[in-house]
Amino acid sequence: MTRLRINGVEAEVAVATIAELLAERGIDPKARFLAVAVNGAVVRRAEWAVAALSPGDDVEIVRPLQGG
Amino acid sequence: MTDQLIIAGTRLKSRLFAGTAGYPNQQVLLDSLEASGAELVTVSIRRVSLEGYAESLVDLLGGKYRLLPNTSGCVTARDAILTAELAREALETDWVKLELIGDRETLYPDVEQLVRAADELVRKGFIVLPYCNEDPVACQKLADVGCAAVMPLGSLIGSGRGIANPAAIELICARSPVPVVLDAGIGSASDAAYAMELGCDAVLLNTAIAKSHDPRRMAAAMRLAVEGGRLARLAGRIPERDFAEPSSPQLGLVGS
Repeated sequence: MTRLRINGVEAEVAVATIAELLAERGIDPKARFLAVAVNGAVVRRAEWAVAALSPGDDVEIVRPLQGG
Repeated sequence: MTDQLIIAGTRLKSRLFAGTAGYPNQQVLLDSLEASGAELVTVSIRRVSLEGYAESLVDLLGGKYRLLPNTSGCVTARDAILTAELAREALETDWVKLELIGDRETLYPDVEQLVRAADELVRKGFIVLPYCNEDPVACQKLADVGCAAVMPLGSLIGSGRGIANPAAIELICARSPVPVVLDAGIGSASDAAYAMELGCDAVLLNTAIAKSHDPRRMAAAMRLAVEGGRLARLAGRIPERDFAEPSSPQLGLVGS
């Protein structure tokens, strides 16, 4: 298990990559308009399948919503 | 008539930019955007629900409108820059409406951080449209660091109080080397027309349509107001006078 901070919430997850984390959270990694940052840096979609997550990583998973 | 708005080399068909938040429902939003004639519409960037990804409104808007992601809610340059970078990845656009809030109650911009974040984003290749104070010096600094437009506030976000300082907006328009977009504070169509008459190149609004009694109708009103205001600006208003000036001929009066 890896302890991560996901969208501001601490969680123990059994995943090794961003793609696995998304799938574990019920988020289709192929869904459009998603973006991910780890420790304050954007990780491009093409790297999600290989980008390894380490204990303590701070992950942000975002999408566009209504806005002004 | 060729009177096109060009920002960062991109021709925009409409001088009305519309927000997408706060509508009673999705259908009213879609109808209102259609009625507004807007081409550029704003969206926010938010964390996904960890309970699973739901189809977002953006899936519906993406093909039809040019999306302008904002950094609303950000209070540090660091968060605003990361939000812009996430937006670029999510939406595949370099355009960003840069918001950096210095005070939660008034939502007034934090100018010092705004200029710093704008500078960094421009260096990273972004087309930066900053929401800023109605302050000619702040606007000049933002243009100097390479912003593609400046977007001074008319009055507080969501307040509907119109253009609180028209002299300042007019001054900014007269001096700005980049397009000026009046952003925030519009209450009704007359405010939008007034912004254009003062010399603004475009108007960005959200609440005035979304929270009106009939958003579809208000959206159409805003479209006409922006067009009317722009035409009036180009036509040139008459000077104000202290006394009456008869418009009918003064010769040949009956009984004289």
